[in-house]
Amino acid sequence: MNVAFALGAVVAVAATILMITRKNPVHALLYFVVSLLASAVVMFVLGAAFVAALEVIVYAGAIMVLFVFVIMLIGPERIPIPGKAWIGPSILSLVLLAEVGWVLAQGSFTGQPAVEVTPKQVGMALFGPYILGAEVAAFLLLAGLVGAFHLGRRAVQDERKK
Amino acid sequence: MASIPYELGLLLAGVLFAIGGVGVITRRNLLMILLCVEVMLNAAGLAFIVGGSRWGQADGQVMFIFLISMAAAEVAVGLALLLLHFGRSRTLDADALKASERSPSAPEAVGDER
Repeated sequence: MNVAFALGAVVAVAATILMITRKNPVHALLYFVVSLLASAVVMFVLGAAFVAALEVIVYAGAIMVLFVFVIMLIGPERIPIPGKAWIGPSILSLVLLAEVGWVLAQGSFTGQPAVEVTPKQVGMALFGPYILGAEVAAFLLLAGLVGAFHLGRRAVQDERKK
Repeated sequence: MASIPYELGLLLAGVLFAIGGVGVITRRNLLMILLCVEVMLNAAGLAFIVGGSRWGQADGQVMFIFLISMAAAEVAVGLALLLLHFGRSRTLDADALKASERSPSAPEAVGDER
């Protein structure tokens, strides 16, 4: 699996470097999503399939949507007309897609990683010895929710005053 | 099918973390700074995964789940603050934050805190 790991790592580093050098936040966002997908590949190769899925769903899905929302709120006039910006991320994503195809074509990816930690083990640990941590994380999410609501309400009040 | 040497995984996490750090320092767009902080958080999570995979324990993945929930809360509050700042100063320049300290609207903004 070393080839899969190396490909994922190279794509992740390349996408991240391209991301921090973009002028336009939307382009940076595209590259960041590719970088997250590549990190998910690396995690999958490392035997953490559950977390790799979480990375795609929560990070590349939900958190990135928040960024897209904020870019939309800040000003649609700043959203660029789709030019050639999609080519770079597309090439990097195609590398990842080819990697998935290669792994599938090998047909032997059945728990090949040296140590695979199954979702069941993760769940047993999360709601066993780490139950206090799970509750603290719930508090943290509640605090984030209340904080974001409070700040957002103040932003609306500021708007109305003007 | 050799397993991955975990030093390589840690190296990858370190490189990603460093790239994110360079981004935080060099970019002056608040949105880009938040994105680069996300890169650093993700790299830290990757290091957790590598560690968990090295020892074959679930702890690394549990930590990553905590880290993801923390990142979600951080992004929500951070983006709300960013929108608040943008609504007041109409700019995303981080250097403008320093200037807004002395702006005439600042006392009024403090006054409406309840």
